[in-house]
Amino acid sequence: MHGLYNFVRGPLAWVAFILFVGGTLYRLIAMLVIARKKDNVVFDYFSLFYGLRSIFHWIIPFANRNSRQRPIFTIVTFAFHICLLAAPILLLAHVLLWDESFGISWWTLPEGVADIMTLIVIGGCIYFLWRRLTQPEVKFVTFASDFVILAIVAAPFITGFLAYHQWLGYKFWLILHILAGEVMLVAIPFTRLAHMIYSPFTRAYMGSEFGSVRHARDW
Amino acid sequence: MVNMESWDWDTQEKTVSDTNGWKDKFEWVEEFQASPDGEKVAAIVKTGEAEFSVCVNGEAWENTFDKCWYLRYGPDGRLSCIVSSEMEWTVAVDGQAWDQSFGYVMEVKFSEDGKNVCAFIQQDGMYGAAINGEPWENLYSNMTNFAISSDGQHTAGSVQTEPMDEGDIFKFQSGIFTAAVDGKAWDKTFVNVWNKAFSPDGKRLAAEARMTLYDYTIVVDGVPWSEIYSCVWEPIFNPKTGAVVAPVKVGASWTLAQDGKTMWNRSFVQCWQQIFSPDASRVAAVVAPKYGKWTVAIDGEAWHSIFDDMVSDMVFSPDGRRLAAVGKNDYDYSVIVDDTVWNGTYDMLWQPVFSPDSQNVAIRAEKQGRQTIVMNGKPWKQECEQVWDPVFSPDGSKVLIRSIEGGRYIRRVLPTTELTG
Amino acid sequence: MAEGQVIDGIYFNEVWEDAGLDEGTKKLTPEKIEKVINKVLEGETGARLKVYVDTCVHCGLCSDACHYYLSHDKDPTYAPVAKVKQTMWEMIKKKGRVSPTFMKRASQIASTQCNVCMRCAMYCPFGIDIAYIMSVVRRICHFLGITPLYIQDTAHSHAVTMNQMWVKNDEWPDTLQWQEEDAQEEIPTLRIPLEKEGADIMYSVIGPEPKFLAQLLYQAAVIFETAGLNWTMPATPGWDNSDMAMYTCDNEIMGRVKRVHFETARRLRVKKIVMGECGHAFRSIYDRGNRWLAWKMHPVYVEHAIEFYYNLLKSGKIKIAKKYEESVTLHDPCNVMRGRGLYEMARYVVNEMCADFREMEPNREHNYCCCAGGGVINCGPPFKMTRMLGNRVKAEQIAATGAKVCISPCHNCHSGLEDIVSHYKLGVHVKFISDILYEVMEKPGAV
Ligand code: SF4
Ligand code: SF4
Repeated sequence: MHGLYNFVRGPLAWVAFILFVGGTLYRLIAMLVIARKKDNVVFDYFSLFYGLRSIFHWIIPFANRNSRQRPIFTIVTFAFHICLLAAPILLLAHVLLWDESFGISWWTLPEGVADIMTLIVIGGCIYFLWRRLTQPEVKFVTFASDFVILAIVAAPFITGFLAYHQWLGYKFWLILHILAGEVMLVAIPFTRLAHMIYSPFTRAYMGSEFGSVRHARDW
Repeated sequence: MVNMESWDWDTQEKTVSDTNGWKDKFEWVEEFQASPDGEKVAAIVKTGEAEFSVCVNGEAWENTFDKCWYLRYGPDGRLSCIVSSEMEWTVAVDGQAWDQSFGYVMEVKFSEDGKNVCAFIQQDGMYGAAINGEPWENLYSNMTNFAISSDGQHTAGSVQTEPMDEGDIFKFQSGIFTAAVDGKAWDKTFVNVWNKAFSPDGKRLAAEARMTLYDYTIVVDGVPWSEIYSCVWEPIFNPKTGAVVAPVKVGASWTLAQDGKTMWNRSFVQCWQQIFSPDASRVAAVVAPKYGKWTVAIDGEAWHSIFDDMVSDMVFSPDGRRLAAVGKNDYDYSVIVDDTVWNGTYDMLWQPVFSPDSQNVAIRAEKQGRQTIVMNGKPWKQECEQVWDPVFSPDGSKVLIRSIEGGRYIRRVLPTTELTG
Repeated sequence: MAEGQVIDGIYFNEVWEDAGLDEGTKKLTPEKIEKVINKVLEGETGARLKVYVDTCVHCGLCSDACHYYLSHDKDPTYAPVAKVKQTMWEMIKKKGRVSPTFMKRASQIASTQCNVCMRCAMYCPFGIDIAYIMSVVRRICHFLGITPLYIQDTAHSHAVTMNQMWVKNDEWPDTLQWQEEDAQEEIPTLRIPLEKEGADIMYSVIGPEPKFLAQLLYQAAVIFETAGLNWTMPATPGWDNSDMAMYTCDNEIMGRVKRVHFETARRLRVKKIVMGECGHAFRSIYDRGNRWLAWKMHPVYVEHAIEFYYNLLKSGKIKIAKKYEESVTLHDPCNVMRGRGLYEMARYVVNEMCADFREMEPNREHNYCCCAGGGVINCGPPFKMTRMLGNRVKAEQIAATGAKVCISPCHNCHSGLEDIVSHYKLGVHVKFISDILYEVMEKPGAV
């Protein structure tokens, strides 16, 4: 058990981080290279001002029409995404690891808050799962891979939650948690989770087209 | 060519006609046309109830018509107009209507020497061309892209050779268009035939064509090039060798091809409006080296001066060594000569004109509603309501300027040095 | 319409007969399909398509943007992302190895169940441009020869005549001359100046105007004359700004038609082009056609009629004699609202002209598409019911205003709305701005 723990915490974590960073860079560079080669117009019409204007209207809840029309979804998705990013980064246990390994640390969340945020992420996953299973327009475009991705996202949070509360053996859940986290990291650049990488670009491009060419709003 | 030696190159300035008076005589005066030698100014005028004619230097033609349009001077100074009487249309040259009249006349073109006046006509719902009033023997149920040879002895059009029911896309795709020269259609048909060019001797014809919905090529005298392209633009003939040159699209970019073989080793995002220098040693085209960036390329080498909107009106100097064109950024037009952009921008520019010795370039320009002539980048001091293209004397020492100032049509002959300063 | 049917394992939510689609599909072979799909995907698409496909999280948030989806009681097969699923995803996943029937359905979706209106791009959090993806599908269908018959015929018309309606070279100037003569009965000094080189403005219209809607040419001439503008119209091809080849994605013909249009403006040495009340034509000049030709923007400034009227009213060149009394509402055409942001100008014009203006909800860039645009109405009678059933929300939107007149400054929208108004028995008149402007403006020159 201990050997396994050391392995997932040590070499495997390195592999995961390298794949995550390397994969992300690869996807970004590949996108820019083929855009240069075959979609040069993307650069020709790009406008930083209008790109950012559009991004702002979409990262602020209720700042665009679609989010106003779906208040529940908007609240869930914003809470989900904020917690998804903030909880792992600001979790005390994670920061301690960084401190231990590299001597860097930053502000952390009170543990109770982090716990609630974890539950929000898990709740969000359940909500998305419910949408995929029941909402016809979502169900129609749902593939098996969508469930897998959802599971990949949910897993580190569920295992982390269990590990933190130390039900049925801390070590077991901890190892699973680390593994799940690593799987998720690696999955980001190589699955539809890549929307995390691409979305600022797609949004900014549409914002540029709407803003500087069409003189219209896109929110 | 037109003999310009005999024109009056001595009278420095004369008011040919005060057009202010025309408006008293006629209730309707259309835009003015100036003769090439500058001696005459003309406009379509209304002479009575539903009665139109053409007024030249203040005097209307004797003949009147129910309608007149497209008044233009030919290079030889004869004045042509599309006219109609009793629901029939024809062309009147210097007031004299052609004997033959037609269902409609939609375009008139002149030979280089002006002797032949060619018209695109419709008769009883059939289409064709007429030279000096003489129509083709064969007319076609549809015709587009009217073209003439430089001597005006030959005319051509893209014609439909078989009837097609409305909406019969399959018939259309089987290829029912071709080119007709002097009324005679090529044997081979195509899905489409568009712009055409005659060889300098008028004996051969090249055209852009689409063989299927997707396969484009150039067809010469009915025979397509063996090469297929994803798109092509208008072909031209090399005036010396008779080779045919056209812009072709290969992959995602454009280049020039000659007789089906790539001619330039460079390609561009766009390439069109190619012209040969008079001695045929050089070929130039308007190109976009980058998306949204326009310039001129000579023999495949792009200039460095770039315009965002467009480049047009290229012209080679008579010696073939120099080239002038017009470029546009936003609302501003400027002149570019030999890759150098003149200072000063204009609201509108016409085509640049080289002096016979190739030393000077002059152009008709407009700024804030006033027109003038600009020579080598320097505007003439006089601002006019309207000017026409400048004309250099055969020895290049003088410039003929035709203008309207305060309603008066003025003909001036100025020493070139007065404009170059 | 037969209800949804499964044919050769492919689900069709509507089944219509169309000779172009049916005959075209018969000629398809799997090899040809595979070759064409891969040729287009590799040769003509790049980062955009790839990123759009990889970024889409299958969330369905774009659904509510689409009038087809809303009008079909949220039938998921009409949701924007569902259209991608039933076309492009499959083609990419199978690397082009899809069946002829699949392609027929893909063509039906891309050509008749999407107006490429781009409303969904404003509802997808990532701004994924489904209209663009549908255009790529249409491009593939073009190369496969499975474009619906009517619009294909229109593309042929563009290819031959450079106009949309097979208007022959003589018919155009002839029509203008008749309109000029008619209009002189009202304003004796009125002229439609043909081929006037050096005029300030070239006025361009779409093919149906000389064919069926010559009164619009008349009205435009009265507006130009009254405003005292120096304008002209070409007598040659190049007068038509419309472009159905853009919508069949026969890009080569689209480019050819746009090139003629702009070169005609340059030949006439005009400073700008003013175009009539048409949306798709604006898109072809301002967005799609110019880009295909490597013009980043329009090389000669193109002013849409809305902006033109706005300037005339604002500057006082045209004055209103007496406001229009009837209650009006305004349909915002996608291609000049989402496409050019003319919504406030349009409102200024309508408020200047009309006493009782009522907004539709939603409006401006959020307005529902007319369901005629994007070439769908040009797919002709076989797909009329696709448009009627696909846009119940528009009928409801219009009815809710209670207005007696619906102003539509776009030809496609105008025709599409007329169909909707009569199908849903709304008892509303559809008018162009110029119909009303002509009626209410001061005409000092009139006898
Ligand atoms: S019709 Fe409009 S909203 Fe619907 S899918 Fe097409 S582009 Fe999107
Ligand atoms: S296109 Fe956008 S809104 Fe629609 S399913 Fe994909 S990610 Fe969601």
